[in-house]
Amino acid sequence: MAIALASTALFFAVIVVVVVNSAGWPEVKQAFFNGEIFDESFPEIRSAFLINVKIFCIAEVVILFTALGLAVLRSLPGPVFFPIRLLAIVYADFFRGIPTILLIYILGFGIPALQLEGVPTDEMFWGTVALVLVYTAYVSEVYRAGIESVHPSQNAAARSLGLSHGQSLRYVVIPQAVRRVIPPLLNDFIGLQKDTALVALLGVIEAFRQSQIDVASTFNYTPYLATALMFLIITVPMTRFTDWLIARDRKRRQAAGVAA
Amino acid sequence: MRKPALFLVAAVALGLSAAGLGQAGSSAPALTGACAKANLKLVKGGQLSLATDNLSFPPWFGGKERKGSGFAPSDPYSGQGYESAVAYEVAKRLGFARGEVMWIAVPFGKSFAPGKKAFDWYISQVSYKPVRAKAADFSKSYYFVNQAVVGLKGKPITKVKTVAGLGPFQLGVAIGTTSYDYIVDHIKSKPKVYDTNADAVAALKNGRIDGLVVDFPSTGYITGVQVPNSTVVGRLPTKGTRERFGMIFQKGNPLVSCVNKVLDRMWADGTLKRLEARWLAGSAPILK
Repeated sequence: MAIALASTALFFAVIVVVVVNSAGWPEVKQAFFNGEIFDESFPEIRSAFLINVKIFCIAEVVILFTALGLAVLRSLPGPVFFPIRLLAIVYADFFRGIPTILLIYILGFGIPALQLEGVPTDEMFWGTVALVLVYTAYVSEVYRAGIESVHPSQNAAARSLGLSHGQSLRYVVIPQAVRRVIPPLLNDFIGLQKDTALVALLGVIEAFRQSQIDVASTFNYTPYLATALMFLIITVPMTRFTDWLIARDRKRRQAAGVAA
Repeated sequence: MRKPALFLVAAVALGLSAAGLGQAGSSAPALTGACAKANLKLVKGGQLSLATDNLSFPPWFGGKERKGSGFAPSDPYSGQGYESAVAYEVAKRLGFARGEVMWIAVPFGKSFAPGKKAFDWYISQVSYKPVRAKAADFSKSYYFVNQAVVGLKGKPITKVKTVAGLGPFQLGVAIGTTSYDYIVDHIKSKPKVYDTNADAVAALKNGRIDGLVVDFPSTGYITGVQVPNSTVVGRLPTKGTRERFGMIFQKGNPLVSCVNKVLDRMWADGTLKRLEARWLAGSAPILK
Protein backbone atom coordinates (compact mmCIF):
# COMPACT_ATOMS: atom_id res chain seq x y z
CA MET A 1 0.00 0.00 0.00
CA ALA A 2 2.71 2.42 1.03
CA ILE A 3 4.78 1.48 -2.00
CA ALA A 4 1.80 1.93 -4.31
CA LEU A 5 1.11 5.36 -2.82
CA ALA A 6 4.71 6.45 -3.07
CA SER A 7 5.14 5.28 -6.66
CA THR A 8 1.86 6.92 -7.68
CA ALA A 9 2.88 10.19 -6.04
CA LEU A 10 6.31 10.07 -7.68
CA PHE A 11 4.83 9.24 -11.07
CA PHE A 12 2.50 12.24 -11.06
CA ALA A 13 5.10 14.52 -9.51
CA VAL A 14 7.49 13.77 -12.38
CA ILE A 15 4.79 14.47 -14.99
CA VAL A 16 3.78 17.74 -13.34
CA VAL A 17 7.39 18.90 -13.04
CA VAL A 18 8.16 18.05 -16.67
CA VAL A 19 5.04 19.79 -17.99
CA VAL A 20 5.28 22.89 -15.81
CA ASN A 21 8.94 23.41 -16.62
CA SER A 22 8.53 23.02 -20.37
CA ALA A 23 9.26 26.05 -22.51
CA GLY A 24 5.72 26.39 -23.80
CA TRP A 25 3.94 25.89 -20.47
CA PRO A 26 3.10 29.54 -19.71
CA GLU A 27 1.50 29.86 -23.13
CA VAL A 28 -0.32 26.52 -22.85
CA LYS A 29 -1.51 27.38 -19.35
CA GLN A 30 -2.84 30.69 -20.59
CA ALA A 31 -4.53 29.04 -23.57
CA PHE A 32 -6.09 26.00 -21.89
CA PHE A 33 -6.30 26.68 -18.16
CA ASN A 34 -7.37 30.28 -17.85
CA GLY A 35 -9.41 30.70 -14.67
CA GLU A 36 -10.95 34.01 -15.65
CA ILE A 37 -12.24 32.69 -18.97
CA PHE A 38 -13.43 29.51 -17.29
CA ASP A 39 -15.55 31.48 -14.83
CA GLU A 40 -16.95 33.58 -17.62
CA SER A 41 -17.91 30.74 -19.95
CA PHE A 42 -19.00 28.11 -17.44
CA PRO A 43 -22.55 29.36 -16.67
CA GLU A 44 -23.45 29.59 -20.36
CA ILE A 45 -22.01 26.16 -21.06
CA ARG A 46 -23.84 24.70 -18.09
CA SER A 47 -27.20 25.90 -19.33
CA ALA A 48 -26.40 24.81 -22.89
CA PHE A 49 -25.59 21.36 -21.49
CA LEU A 50 -29.27 20.92 -20.59
CA ILE A 51 -29.87 20.45 -24.30
CA ASN A 52 -27.38 17.57 -24.38
CA VAL A 53 -29.08 16.06 -21.35
CA LYS A 54 -32.48 16.34 -23.00
CA ILE A 55 -31.25 14.73 -26.21
CA PHE A 56 -29.55 11.78 -24.59
CA CYS A 57 -32.32 11.13 -22.05
CA ILE A 58 -34.89 10.86 -24.81
CA ALA A 59 -32.57 8.93 -27.12
CA GLU A 60 -31.47 6.43 -24.47
CA VAL A 61 -35.02 5.48 -23.50
CA VAL A 62 -36.02 5.01 -27.13
CA ILE A 63 -32.87 3.05 -27.95
CA LEU A 64 -33.34 0.63 -25.03
CA PHE A 65 -36.52 -0.61 -26.69
CA THR A 66 -35.75 -0.28 -30.40
CA ALA A 67 -32.40 -2.04 -29.99
CA LEU A 68 -33.92 -4.88 -28.00
CA GLY A 69 -36.61 -5.22 -30.65
CA LEU A 70 -33.98 -5.40 -33.37
CA ALA A 71 -31.96 -8.00 -31.48
CA VAL A 72 -35.06 -10.13 -30.93
CA LEU A 73 -35.96 -9.91 -34.63
CA ARG A 74 -32.48 -11.02 -35.50
CA SER A 75 -32.71 -14.05 -33.24
CA LEU A 76 -36.06 -15.27 -34.63
CA PRO A 77 -35.67 -18.95 -35.50
CA GLY A 78 -36.69 -20.79 -38.65
CA PRO A 79 -36.47 -20.19 -42.39
CA VAL A 80 -39.79 -18.28 -42.51
CA PHE A 81 -38.22 -15.35 -40.74
CA PHE A 82 -35.14 -15.22 -42.92
CA PRO A 83 -36.18 -11.91 -44.60
CA ILE A 84 -36.68 -10.29 -41.22
CA ARG A 85 -33.31 -11.51 -39.97
CA LEU A 86 -31.75 -10.28 -43.17
CA LEU A 87 -33.30 -6.83 -42.76
CA ALA A 88 -32.10 -6.65 -39.16
CA ILE A 89 -28.57 -7.54 -40.28
CA VAL A 90 -28.61 -5.01 -43.10
CA TYR A 91 -29.86 -2.34 -40.70
CA ALA A 92 -27.11 -3.00 -38.17
CA ASP A 93 -24.40 -3.14 -40.84
CA PHE A 94 -25.56 0.06 -42.49
CA PHE A 95 -26.08 2.25 -39.47
CA ARG A 96 -22.97 1.07 -37.68
CA GLY A 97 -20.99 1.56 -40.87
CA ILE A 98 -21.84 5.11 -41.89
CA PRO A 99 -20.33 8.08 -40.07
CA THR A 100 -22.83 9.57 -37.61
CA ILE A 101 -21.93 13.04 -38.82
CA LEU A 102 -23.14 12.19 -42.30
CA LEU A 103 -26.48 10.87 -41.08
CA ILE A 104 -27.01 13.99 -38.99
CA TYR A 105 -26.34 16.18 -42.01
CA ILE A 106 -28.60 14.15 -44.28
CA LEU A 107 -31.53 14.07 -41.87
CA GLY A 108 -31.06 17.54 -40.40
CA PHE A 109 -30.47 19.46 -43.62
CA GLY A 110 -32.04 17.10 -46.14
CA ILE A 111 -35.45 16.35 -44.72
CA PRO A 112 -36.47 19.96 -43.91
CA ALA A 113 -35.41 20.84 -47.46
CA LEU A 114 -38.00 18.41 -48.84
CA GLN A 115 -40.69 20.73 -47.43
CA LEU A 116 -43.09 17.88 -46.72
CA GLU A 117 -46.37 18.80 -45.09
CA GLY A 118 -46.61 17.64 -41.47
CA VAL A 119 -43.03 16.39 -41.23
CA PRO A 120 -41.10 18.04 -38.41
CA THR A 121 -38.28 20.37 -39.39
CA ASP A 122 -36.84 20.92 -35.93
CA GLU A 123 -33.11 20.18 -35.88
CA MET A 124 -33.16 18.83 -32.33
CA PHE A 125 -35.71 16.28 -33.52
CA TRP A 126 -33.71 15.13 -36.53
CA GLY A 127 -30.42 15.15 -34.66
CA THR A 128 -31.97 12.91 -32.03
CA VAL A 129 -33.47 10.62 -34.67
CA ALA A 130 -30.05 10.23 -36.29
CA LEU A 131 -28.46 9.31 -32.96
CA VAL A 132 -31.26 6.85 -32.23
CA LEU A 133 -30.82 5.17 -35.62
CA VAL A 134 -27.06 4.78 -35.20
CA TYR A 135 -27.02 3.74 -31.57
CA THR A 136 -29.91 1.32 -32.04
CA ALA A 137 -27.59 -0.56 -34.37
CA TYR A 138 -24.73 -0.59 -31.84
CA VAL A 139 -26.89 -1.48 -28.87
CA SER A 140 -28.80 -4.21 -30.72
CA GLU A 141 -25.50 -6.00 -31.25
CA VAL A 142 -24.81 -5.74 -27.53
CA TYR A 143 -28.22 -7.24 -26.78
CA ARG A 144 -27.65 -9.96 -29.36
CA ALA A 145 -24.36 -10.90 -27.73
CA GLY A 146 -26.22 -11.12 -24.42
CA ILE A 147 -29.00 -13.25 -25.87
CA GLU A 148 -26.53 -15.61 -27.51
CA SER A 149 -24.54 -15.92 -24.29
CA VAL A 150 -27.51 -17.55 -22.55
CA HIS A 151 -27.00 -21.29 -22.85
CA PRO A 152 -29.38 -22.94 -25.37
CA SER A 153 -30.41 -25.41 -22.70
CA GLN A 154 -32.20 -22.56 -20.93
CA ASN A 155 -34.38 -22.01 -23.94
CA ALA A 156 -34.82 -25.74 -24.48
CA ALA A 157 -35.91 -26.18 -20.87
CA ALA A 158 -38.36 -23.31 -21.16
CA ARG A 159 -39.84 -24.71 -24.37
CA SER A 160 -40.16 -28.17 -22.83
CA LEU A 161 -42.16 -26.62 -20.01
CA GLY A 162 -44.61 -25.44 -22.66
CA LEU A 163 -43.50 -21.81 -23.04
CA SER A 164 -43.67 -20.39 -26.56
CA HIS A 165 -40.59 -18.92 -28.20
CA GLY A 166 -41.80 -15.46 -27.22
CA GLN A 167 -42.51 -16.43 -23.63
CA SER A 168 -39.15 -18.15 -23.34
CA LEU A 169 -37.43 -15.01 -24.57
CA ARG A 170 -39.46 -12.77 -22.31
CA TYR A 171 -39.20 -14.73 -19.07
CA VAL A 172 -36.05 -16.80 -19.39
CA VAL A 173 -33.54 -15.56 -21.94
CA ILE A 174 -33.79 -11.78 -21.98
CA PRO A 175 -33.69 -11.21 -18.21
CA GLN A 176 -30.43 -13.13 -18.05
CA ALA A 177 -29.10 -11.55 -21.22
CA VAL A 178 -29.75 -7.99 -20.10
CA ARG A 179 -28.02 -8.51 -16.78
CA ARG A 180 -24.89 -9.64 -18.53
CA VAL A 181 -24.73 -6.76 -20.99
CA ILE A 182 -25.27 -3.85 -18.63
CA PRO A 183 -21.56 -2.82 -18.64
CA PRO A 184 -21.23 -2.71 -22.45
CA LEU A 185 -24.67 -1.09 -22.64
CA LEU A 186 -23.41 1.67 -20.41
CA ASN A 187 -20.36 1.99 -22.63
CA ASP A 188 -22.56 2.74 -25.62
CA PHE A 189 -24.64 5.19 -23.66
CA ILE A 190 -21.59 7.15 -22.59
CA GLY A 191 -20.57 7.22 -26.25
CA LEU A 192 -24.03 8.47 -27.11
CA GLN A 193 -23.88 11.20 -24.50
CA LYS A 194 -20.72 12.58 -26.02
CA ASP A 195 -22.07 12.24 -29.54
CA THR A 196 -24.96 14.56 -28.66
CA ALA A 197 -22.41 17.27 -29.41
CA LEU A 198 -22.76 16.34 -33.10
CA VAL A 199 -26.28 17.81 -33.14
CA ALA A 200 -24.50 21.18 -33.03
CA LEU A 201 -23.82 20.72 -36.75
CA LEU A 202 -27.45 21.57 -37.37
CA GLY A 203 -27.18 24.92 -35.61
CA VAL A 204 -28.31 23.85 -32.14
CA ILE A 205 -26.31 25.59 -29.44
CA GLU A 206 -25.54 22.76 -27.04
CA ALA A 207 -22.63 22.66 -24.62
CA PHE A 208 -19.89 21.90 -27.12
CA ARG A 209 -21.11 24.50 -29.63
CA GLN A 210 -21.38 27.06 -26.84
CA SER A 211 -17.78 26.35 -25.91
CA GLN A 212 -16.71 26.60 -29.56
CA ILE A 213 -18.36 30.00 -29.72
CA ASP A 214 -16.52 31.12 -26.60
CA VAL A 215 -13.22 29.71 -27.88
CA ALA A 216 -13.53 31.52 -31.20
CA SER A 217 -14.56 34.70 -29.48
CA THR A 218 -11.69 34.75 -26.99
CA PHE A 219 -8.96 32.82 -28.86
CA ASN A 220 -8.69 30.73 -25.71
CA TYR A 221 -9.40 27.01 -25.38
CA THR A 222 -10.40 26.98 -21.72
CA PRO A 223 -14.16 26.79 -22.47
CA TYR A 224 -13.56 23.29 -23.89
CA LEU A 225 -12.38 22.32 -20.44
CA ALA A 226 -15.65 23.55 -18.97
CA THR A 227 -17.55 21.35 -21.41
CA ALA A 228 -15.39 18.33 -20.61
CA LEU A 229 -16.18 18.88 -16.97
CA MET A 230 -19.92 18.90 -17.65
CA PHE A 231 -19.69 15.55 -19.43
CA LEU A 232 -17.59 14.08 -16.62
CA ILE A 233 -20.03 15.29 -13.99
CA ILE A 234 -22.71 13.20 -15.69
CA THR A 235 -20.81 10.12 -16.81
CA VAL A 236 -18.61 9.35 -13.82
CA PRO A 237 -21.41 9.16 -11.21
CA MET A 238 -23.56 7.26 -13.69
CA THR A 239 -20.84 4.65 -14.15
CA ARG A 240 -20.34 4.28 -10.43
CA PHE A 241 -24.09 4.00 -9.89
CA THR A 242 -24.38 1.26 -12.50
CA ASP A 243 -21.44 -0.62 -10.99
CA TRP A 244 -23.23 -0.46 -7.68
CA LEU A 245 -26.50 -1.71 -9.20
CA ILE A 246 -24.72 -4.65 -10.79
CA ALA A 247 -22.92 -5.53 -7.57
CA ARG A 248 -26.15 -5.35 -5.58
CA ASP A 249 -27.96 -7.50 -8.09
CA ARG A 250 -25.23 -10.13 -8.04
CA LYS A 251 -25.24 -10.25 -4.26
CA ARG A 252 -28.99 -10.74 -4.13
CA ARG A 253 -28.95 -13.52 -6.65
CA GLN A 254 -26.10 -15.29 -4.94
CA ALA A 255 -27.87 -14.96 -1.61
CA ALA A 256 -30.92 -16.61 -3.16
CA GLY A 257 -28.71 -19.41 -4.48
CA VAL A 258 -29.38 -18.70 -8.14
CA ALA A 259 -26.44 -18.94 -10.47
CA ALA A 260 -26.50 -16.84 -13.60
CA MET B 1 1.16 74.12 -85.25
CA ARG B 2 4.41 74.02 -83.42
CA LYS B 3 3.20 75.63 -80.29
CA PRO B 4 0.28 73.38 -79.66
CA ALA B 5 2.45 70.38 -80.49
CA LEU B 6 5.06 71.51 -78.03
CA PHE B 7 2.38 72.13 -75.51
CA LEU B 8 1.10 68.62 -76.07
CA VAL B 9 4.57 67.16 -75.62
CA ALA B 10 5.01 69.15 -72.46
CA ALA B 11 1.65 68.00 -71.18
CA VAL B 12 2.47 64.38 -71.91
CA ALA B 13 5.85 64.74 -70.24
CA LEU B 14 4.24 66.34 -67.23
CA GLY B 15 1.64 63.60 -67.11
CA LEU B 16 4.35 60.98 -67.35
CA SER B 17 6.37 62.48 -64.59
CA ALA B 18 3.26 62.75 -62.45
CA ALA B 19 2.52 59.08 -63.16
CA GLY B 20 6.11 58.29 -62.36
CA LEU B 21 5.83 60.13 -59.07
CA GLY B 22 2.65 58.25 -58.30
CA GLN B 23 4.49 55.03 -59.01
CA ALA B 24 7.33 56.02 -56.77
CA GLY B 25 4.88 56.93 -54.02
CA SER B 26 3.33 53.46 -54.00
CA SER B 27 6.40 51.24 -54.15
CA ALA B 28 9.19 53.25 -52.50
CA PRO B 29 10.62 54.34 -50.17
CA ALA B 30 11.55 50.87 -49.05
CA LEU B 31 11.50 50.13 -45.33
CA THR B 32 14.83 50.24 -43.59
CA GLY B 33 16.33 49.04 -40.33
CA ALA B 34 14.57 46.14 -38.67
CA CYS B 35 11.96 46.20 -41.42
CA ALA B 36 14.43 45.92 -44.29
CA LYS B 37 13.76 42.71 -46.16
CA ALA B 38 17.07 41.14 -45.17
CA ASN B 39 16.38 41.71 -41.46
CA LEU B 40 12.87 40.27 -41.30
CA LYS B 41 12.50 37.16 -39.17
CA LEU B 42 10.41 34.82 -41.26
CA VAL B 43 9.00 31.35 -40.73
CA LYS B 44 10.87 30.27 -43.85
CA GLY B 45 13.83 32.37 -44.93
CA GLY B 46 13.57 34.26 -48.20
CA GLN B 47 9.84 33.85 -48.59
CA LEU B 48 6.64 35.13 -47.05
CA SER B 49 4.51 32.28 -45.76
CA LEU B 50 0.95 33.55 -45.68
CA ALA B 51 -2.08 31.63 -44.53
CA THR B 52 -5.80 31.84 -44.98
CA ASP B 53 -8.73 29.57 -44.37
CA ASN B 54 -9.93 27.12 -46.94
CA LEU B 55 -12.60 27.67 -48.36
CA SER B 56 -11.19 30.81 -49.85
CA PHE B 57 -14.00 32.64 -51.53
CA PRO B 58 -14.91 35.92 -53.22
CA PRO B 59 -14.79 38.80 -52.71
CA TRP B 60 -11.86 38.12 -50.36
CA PHE B 61 -10.10 35.78 -52.74
CA GLY B 62 -10.64 35.59 -56.48
CA GLY B 63 -9.28 33.72 -59.45
CA LYS B 64 -10.10 30.23 -60.59
CA GLU B 65 -9.41 27.23 -58.38
CA ARG B 66 -6.17 25.51 -59.27
CA LYS B 67 -6.07 21.74 -58.75
CA GLY B 68 -3.50 20.75 -56.19
CA SER B 69 -3.16 24.24 -54.72
CA GLY B 70 -5.12 23.13 -51.66
CA PHE B 71 -7.52 26.05 -52.01
CA ALA B 72 -11.07 26.20 -53.30
CA PRO B 73 -13.12 27.71 -54.81
CA SER B 74 -10.69 30.60 -55.31
CA ASP B 75 -6.95 30.90 -55.63
CA PRO B 76 -5.04 33.10 -53.15
CA TYR B 77 -2.08 33.17 -55.57
CA SER B 78 -4.24 35.01 -58.09
CA GLY B 79 -3.75 38.41 -56.45
CA GLN B 80 -7.45 38.87 -57.07
CA GLY B 81 -10.00 39.50 -54.39
CA TYR B 82 -9.53 42.02 -51.62
CA GLU B 83 -7.46 40.01 -49.14
CA SER B 84 -5.22 38.48 -51.78
CA ALA B 85 -4.65 41.92 -53.33
CA VAL B 86 -3.92 43.52 -49.96
CA ALA B 87 -1.55 40.70 -48.99
CA TYR B 88 0.42 41.00 -52.25
CA GLU B 89 0.58 44.78 -51.96
CA VAL B 90 1.94 44.54 -48.41
CA ALA B 91 4.38 41.87 -49.56
CA LYS B 92 5.53 44.07 -52.44
CA ARG B 93 6.17 46.99 -50.12
CA LEU B 94 8.14 44.74 -47.79
CA GLY B 95 10.28 43.91 -50.82
CA PHE B 96 8.90 40.53 -51.85
CA ALA B 97 8.29 39.54 -55.46
CA ARG B 98 5.11 37.68 -56.39
CA GLY B 99 7.01 34.37 -56.55
CA GLU B 100 8.31 34.80 -53.01
CA VAL B 101 4.85 34.64 -51.47
CA MET B 102 3.59 31.19 -50.48
CA TRP B 103 0.09 30.41 -49.22
CA ILE B 104 -0.91 27.68 -46.81
CA ALA B 105 -4.40 26.66 -45.75
CA VAL B 106 -4.98 27.02 -42.02
CA PRO B 107 -8.41 26.58 -40.45
CA PHE B 108 -9.56 29.52 -38.36
CA GLY B 109 -9.57 27.42 -35.16
CA LYS B 110 -5.87 26.71 -35.58
CA SER B 111 -4.83 30.24 -36.40
CA PHE B 112 -4.71 31.21 -32.72
CA ALA B 113 -3.44 27.91 -31.27
CA PRO B 114 -0.52 28.25 -28.84
CA GLY B 115 2.92 27.24 -30.06
CA LYS B 116 4.94 28.07 -33.13
CA LYS B 117 2.86 29.22 -36.05
CA ALA B 118 3.51 27.90 -39.54
CA PHE B 119 2.76 31.27 -41.13
CA ASP B 120 4.12 34.80 -41.05
CA TRP B 121 0.63 36.17 -41.04
CA TYR B 122 -2.90 34.91 -41.34
CA ILE B 123 -5.44 36.91 -43.32
CA SER B 124 -9.00 35.62 -43.27
CA GLN B 125 -11.57 38.24 -42.26
CA VAL B 126 -10.65 37.99 -38.60
CA SER B 127 -12.01 40.78 -36.44
CA TYR B 128 -9.84 42.37 -33.81
CA LYS B 129 -10.98 42.05 -30.19
CA PRO B 130 -8.93 42.98 -27.14
CA VAL B 131 -9.40 39.55 -25.55
CA ARG B 132 -8.25 37.86 -28.76
CA ALA B 133 -5.12 39.97 -28.78
CA LYS B 134 -4.01 38.18 -25.62
CA ALA B 135 -3.49 34.99 -27.63
CA ALA B 136 -2.12 36.40 -30.87
CA ASP B 137 -0.91 39.71 -32.27
CA PHE B 138 -3.10 41.61 -34.68
CA SER B 139 -2.03 44.03 -37.36
CA LYS B 140 -3.77 47.36 -37.67
CA SER B 141 -6.98 47.41 -39.63
CA TYR B 142 -6.88 46.61 -43.33
CA TYR B 143 -10.66 46.87 -43.55
CA PHE B 144 -13.47 48.33 -41.47
CA VAL B 145 -16.44 46.04 -41.64
CA ASN B 146 -20.17 46.13 -41.12
CA GLN B 147 -22.29 43.04 -40.70
CA ALA B 148 -25.31 42.54 -42.91
CA VAL B 149 -28.44 40.38 -43.00
CA VAL B 150 -29.38 38.18 -45.95
CA GLY B 151 -32.91 36.82 -46.34
CA LEU B 152 -34.92 35.03 -49.00
CA LYS B 153 -36.73 37.28 -51.47
CA GLY B 154 -40.40 37.79 -50.70
CA LYS B 155 -40.15 36.65 -47.07
CA PRO B 156 -41.32 38.94 -44.23
CA ILE B 157 -37.75 39.56 -43.03
CA THR B 158 -36.95 41.51 -46.20
CA LYS B 159 -39.41 44.22 -45.06
CA VAL B 160 -37.43 44.91 -41.88
CA LYS B 161 -36.03 48.44 -41.61
CA THR B 162 -34.64 48.52 -38.08
CA VAL B 163 -32.25 46.47 -35.98
CA ALA B 164 -34.97 45.95 -33.37
CA GLY B 165 -37.27 44.70 -36.12
CA LEU B 166 -34.99 41.68 -36.61
CA GLY B 167 -35.82 40.48 -33.09
CA PRO B 168 -38.67 38.11 -33.95
CA PHE B 169 -36.80 36.41 -36.80
CA GLN B 170 -34.63 33.34 -36.46
CA LEU B 171 -31.13 34.37 -37.46
CA GLY B 172 -28.18 32.16 -38.23
CA VAL B 173 -24.41 32.63 -38.33
CA ALA B 174 -21.25 30.66 -38.95
CA ILE B 175 -19.18 29.84 -35.91
CA GLY B 176 -16.36 32.13 -34.91
CA THR B 177 -17.98 35.20 -36.40
CA THR B 178 -18.51 38.51 -34.69
CA SER B 179 -21.97 38.38 -36.27
CA TYR B 180 -22.88 36.11 -33.36
CA ASP B 181 -21.78 38.72 -30.82
CA TYR B 182 -23.73 41.40 -32.67
CA ILE B 183 -26.94 39.36 -32.59
CA VAL B 184 -26.61 38.45 -28.93
CA ASP B 185 -25.53 41.92 -27.81
CA HIS B 186 -27.63 44.22 -29.99
CA ILE B 187 -30.50 42.28 -31.55
CA LYS B 188 -30.87 40.30 -28.34
CA SER B 189 -32.00 37.07 -29.90
CA LYS B 190 -30.50 33.61 -29.99
CA PRO B 191 -29.04 32.71 -33.39
CA LYS B 192 -28.42 29.24 -34.72
CA VAL B 193 -24.71 28.64 -35.13
CA TYR B 194 -23.30 26.54 -37.96
CA ASP B 195 -19.87 25.05 -38.57
CA THR B 196 -19.23 26.95 -41.77
CA ASN B 197 -20.72 29.68 -43.90
CA ALA B 198 -21.73 26.93 -46.35
CA ASP B 199 -23.83 25.19 -43.68
CA ALA B 200 -25.42 28.48 -42.66
CA VAL B 201 -26.23 29.16 -46.31
CA ALA B 202 -27.83 25.69 -46.57
CA ALA B 203 -29.96 26.50 -43.53
CA LEU B 204 -31.10 29.74 -45.17
CA LYS B 205 -31.97 27.87 -48.34
CA ASN B 206 -34.08 25.22 -46.63
CA GLY B 207 -35.84 27.72 -44.41
CA ARG B 208 -34.37 26.73 -41.05
CA ILE B 209 -33.33 30.34 -40.56
CA ASP B 210 -35.02 33.53 -41.74
CA GLY B 211 -31.86 35.58 -41.96
CA LEU B 212 -28.16 34.90 -42.29
CA VAL B 213 -25.81 37.42 -40.72
CA VAL B 214 -22.38 37.77 -42.34
CA ASP B 215 -19.93 40.55 -43.02
CA PHE B 216 -21.38 42.77 -45.70
CA PRO B 217 -18.82 42.10 -48.46
CA SER B 218 -19.50 38.36 -48.24
CA THR B 219 -23.18 38.91 -49.05
CA GLY B 220 -22.40 39.46 -52.73
CA TYR B 221 -21.24 35.88 -53.19
CA ILE B 222 -24.25 34.53 -51.30
CA THR B 223 -26.91 36.52 -53.15
CA GLY B 224 -25.11 36.27 -56.47
CA VAL B 225 -23.91 32.67 -56.55
CA GLN B 226 -24.95 30.52 -53.61
CA VAL B 227 -28.61 31.48 -53.12
CA PRO B 228 -29.85 33.39 -56.17
CA ASN B 229 -33.30 34.00 -54.67
CA SER B 230 -31.83 35.77 -51.64
CA THR B 231 -31.32 39.43 -51.04
CA VAL B 232 -29.54 41.74 -48.61
CA VAL B 233 -32.08 42.93 -46.03
CA GLY B 234 -29.69 45.63 -44.88
CA ARG B 235 -26.39 46.44 -43.29
CA LEU B 236 -26.18 46.52 -39.51
CA PRO B 237 -25.10 49.84 -38.07
CA THR B 238 -21.85 50.10 -36.13
CA LYS B 239 -22.38 49.87 -32.38
CA GLY B 240 -19.56 50.89 -30.11
CA THR B 241 -16.11 50.75 -31.66
CA ARG B 242 -15.82 50.09 -35.36
CA GLU B 243 -15.22 46.48 -36.18
CA ARG B 244 -11.98 45.97 -38.05
CA PHE B 245 -10.19 43.11 -39.75
CA GLY B 246 -6.60 42.48 -38.79
CA MET B 247 -3.98 39.98 -39.83
CA ILE B 248 -2.94 37.50 -37.15
CA PHE B 249 0.70 37.08 -36.15
CA GLN B 250 2.61 34.95 -33.69
CA LYS B 251 2.51 36.68 -30.31
CA GLY B 252 5.52 38.97 -30.07
CA ASN B 253 6.46 38.70 -33.75
CA PRO B 254 8.32 41.93 -34.70
CA LEU B 255 7.00 41.60 -38.25
CA VAL B 256 3.71 43.14 -37.05
CA SER B 257 5.21 46.60 -36.67
CA CYS B 258 6.65 46.45 -40.19
CA VAL B 259 3.30 45.40 -41.65
CA ASN B 260 1.63 48.15 -39.63
CA LYS B 261 3.98 50.73 -41.17
CA VAL B 262 3.06 49.46 -44.61
CA LEU B 263 -0.64 49.53 -43.79
CA ASP B 264 -0.34 53.12 -42.50
CA ARG B 265 1.11 54.11 -45.85
CA MET B 266 -1.50 52.17 -47.74
CA TRP B 267 -4.24 54.05 -45.88
CA ALA B 268 -2.45 57.37 -46.35
CA ASP B 269 -1.87 57.06 -50.09
CA GLY B 270 -5.36 55.70 -50.77
CA THR B 271 -4.24 52.23 -51.88
CA LEU B 272 -6.57 50.44 -49.47
CA LYS B 273 -9.51 52.64 -50.50
CA ARG B 274 -8.72 51.88 -54.12
CA LEU B 275 -8.53 48.13 -53.54
CA GLU B 276 -11.74 48.30 -51.54
CA ALA B 277 -13.51 50.09 -54.39
CA ARG B 278 -12.21 47.52 -56.82
CA TRP B 279 -13.04 44.32 -54.91
CA LEU B 280 -15.66 45.20 -52.32
CA ALA B 281 -17.93 47.51 -54.24
CA GLY B 282 -21.61 47.29 -53.46
CA SER B 283 -24.08 48.96 -51.26
CA ALA B 284 -27.14 48.27 -49.18
CA PRO B 285 -29.22 50.39 -46.82
CA ILE B 286 -28.06 50.57 -43.23
CA LEU B 287 -30.75 49.45 -40.80
CA LYS B 288 -31.82 52.04 -38.24
